[in-house]
Amino acid sequence: MLNPLATDTFDVAIIGAGVVGCAIARRFTLEGARVAIIEKADDILDGASKANSAILHTGFDAPPGSLELSCIREGYKEYTEIHREMGLPLETPGAHVVAWSDDEAARLENIVEQAASNGVANVKLIDADELFRREPNLSEHARMAVAVPGESIIDPWSAPYAYLRQSLENGASVYLSCELNAGVFDDGQWLLETSRGTLPCRHVINSAGLHGDTLDEALLGETEFKIKPRKGQFVVFDKAAARLINSILLPVPTDRTKGIVVTRTIFGNVLVGPTADEQESRTDTSTDAVSLASLLASASAIIPALGAMPVTAVYAGLRPATERKHYRIAARPDKNWITVGGIRSTGLSSALGIARHVFGLYSESGANHHPVKQPKIPNMPSLAEGGQRDWQRTGHGEIVCHCELVTEREIRRALGEPLAAHSLSGLKRQTRATMGRCQGFYCSARLAELTEGHFDVPMSVKAGHD
Amino acid sequence: MTDNAAHATKHHDVIVVGGGPAGLAAATELKRLGIPKVAVLEREPVAGGIPRHCGHSPFGMREFKRVLAGPRYAKKLVNTARDIGVELLTSTSVVEARPDGRLLVTSDRGSEEMTARRIVLATGVRETPRAARLISGMRPLGVLNTGALQSMIYLKNQKPFERPVIIGTELVSFSAIQTCRHANIRPVAVLEETDRVISRWPSALFARMVGVPLHLKTRLLSIEGDKSVSAVVVEDDRGNRRRIECDGVILTGHFTPDVSLVRSGHLTVDLASSGPVVDQFGRCSDPAYFATGNILRPVETAGWSWNEGCQTARWVADDLAGKIAHHDHELQITTGDDLIRFAVPQKILLPLAATGMKTLQLRFSRPAKGNLLALNDKKVIWKKRMNVLPERRFLIPLDRLVGSCENGRMELRFDELGE
Repeated sequence: MLNPLATDTFDVAIIGAGVVGCAIARRFTLEGARVAIIEKADDILDGASKANSAILHTGFDAPPGSLELSCIREGYKEYTEIHREMGLPLETPGAHVVAWSDDEAARLENIVEQAASNGVANVKLIDADELFRREPNLSEHARMAVAVPGESIIDPWSAPYAYLRQSLENGASVYLSCELNAGVFDDGQWLLETSRGTLPCRHVINSAGLHGDTLDEALLGETEFKIKPRKGQFVVFDKAAARLINSILLPVPTDRTKGIVVTRTIFGNVLVGPTADEQESRTDTSTDAVSLASLLASASAIIPALGAMPVTAVYAGLRPATERKHYRIAARPDKNWITVGGIRSTGLSSALGIARHVFGLYSESGANHHPVKQPKIPNMPSLAEGGQRDWQRTGHGEIVCHCELVTEREIRRALGEPLAAHSLSGLKRQTRATMGRCQGFYCSARLAELTEGHFDVPMSVKAGHD
Repeated sequence: MTDNAAHATKHHDVIVVGGGPAGLAAATELKRLGIPKVAVLEREPVAGGIPRHCGHSPFGMREFKRVLAGPRYAKKLVNTARDIGVELLTSTSVVEARPDGRLLVTSDRGSEEMTARRIVLATGVRETPRAARLISGMRPLGVLNTGALQSMIYLKNQKPFERPVIIGTELVSFSAIQTCRHANIRPVAVLEETDRVISRWPSALFARMVGVPLHLKTRLLSIEGDKSVSAVVVEDDRGNRRRIECDGVILTGHFTPDVSLVRSGHLTVDLASSGPVVDQFGRCSDPAYFATGNILRPVETAGWSWNEGCQTARWVADDLAGKIAHHDHELQITTGDDLIRFAVPQKILLPLAATGMKTLQLRFSRPAKGNLLALNDKKVIWKKRMNVLPERRFLIPLDRLVGSCENGRMELRFDELGE
């Protein structure tokens, strides 16, 4: 028999600390529930949430009348309300859906109409002259565009970190490196068996992302959907490229995909991606040279001057798509279980909205809590290019990562509680160390030294020489 | 004790950005020439640059007339600079190079602006990392450049892996082997995409001597491993693929100037050399800025960079004294084909003065035989028969090259001869 991981019964256990799980943890904690978050990786945001295009969408192109649309709208609204007090960056450069052919140009009118019926204001057609005035470096082949002024860029990692930190600071518990293996539902209560011990709770929320279907199957004995992982590869250009682009450049979408985006990031880079390839594996986030080269070609077809810009980073993420397009959010009241599945590509934008929706479903079960009266609000360190950074203040020690100007004080903070980084990936997401031009040429040795004893898989071991 | 503790002055005659061989040489020479206030800004806690973590190679012949190991050589450069009165500010990073000789700088004291009449950029080179090489596969721990490996081993006594594969056969690749041996790391293979070792022959001999198998015409296809490297997949020129089990990958060479201050600021970058555009005095597009050493181009030895630093210092001193001669014409040098990787300087002021660089530095992208041609106004004004190899320095005397050149552009072209 397993040892207990916790003995007191939680109101709810949230499985999976991706952006959706973190937002749900925050919402439930603020509403007064006793929350446990269980994550199998050594750091949060290790699955689908580690790689996305870092855009906060307005929902202008979401399916009309869908749950996805209402969650994006809610999520967008709440983010804009809370970002300042949490120290989360938000920039609203707006997006342009660019038509590159007559055929695409003919479809722009529909996009404007859809935006209006989705409740997104000020979306309008602009002609080529206006488009080139706004984006002077755009390829001359652009015909016209739809301007969506509300589309924004955010920090895709500090946002979920803030959600989970607020949850923890107001009483929730997080269990990392903790894999859920089995569970028994009896008399209105679950006893979850995890790799770190047993945990009793009344409700379970499955926000396991890429493993959502297998988790349903393992604990409920059935699943309503099948995850079909879709890989998206991205290329990040040198910060010097940020001068070449003012807004988020979107293609006219097709039935299959939203297509390849070129956008500035909140960190001052330019991002191009994602590709969209279905695959079996739920863990294989490898990049391939052919796809990366095709992304570079797409980028220079959109903004020719990007062809001369150095590449800073490449990455790939897996989106938890299913056999259908829509979100797969469903409650099983008979089992005190809510599945939040198939949040394939808009999770960063919709997470706060999904959290509200899921809390609504949960409340229908009759649960009754008292919202936290004066919740603690975490203040996140700013990593945005335009924001107040630690290197601007005294007493930061030294610059460790020169490319991204990450200070020794920032590294030490990220290695301390709460939510200390347990891997280089986690540290990167919290501080941006090694994410710049040199990708660790200068700072790997210093980082190996500073992180000694902190990582489950160390960057290096003490050598016997000298 | 560094000079950081003393209250640093914010205005200088010359600020040198980067405390490697070129930067320290420039600062030392400027002091020797009587320039009163000269500072070196070094972002690492200790100045000296890359030689600090090259525990083995021969350094110092040109500068000190004796053979030294990298760390001792670096220390000697630092001491020489300090003894002559160069203000050395370590753990001090330049964030932004601004017009009119203003620098945004950060240190433990926070950010501040420093100014100087002239600024010398000497930020050196680094190797191309994995991402920019567009290598396929997973992105686990244990994929490093030689520079990072050397810092770990020589500066921090840390060991990132036991059995890495080494990619590349430039000079630095063999330095990677030596670094591994120092820490009892046993490389399992050295891979080279082309049909010959890039660096000169004694290095290749060295690899064989220490028993590391060298595979020519073999390229890295992808990297495997979730958290740490577990294997690489390689492919030979006939398309045969195989897995090599290993726990690390050392990506060597493919040096690129560290030009972040140039790219993100107001100075012009030369896409061919990846360094700043300079004239024969090392002056950038903003004449308050000079560049010297490996930021000019990838990549030369410490001794060569040191010598450039000394020379540039003289031109900076001349400039401060208003002694850089007046010029009538500006000649832009362009390279017309992809065989010529770069030419430095990119701009020559005519008529040629007595001072300034005496030669044009050229590099080629692959082995070739043929004629190097200089064209002015579509007329061939200079021609030379050459056998060229990649990663080798070729120098063309400027006076002969531009002697009959008129205003405008000079195009360099390489006409290959058949077998």
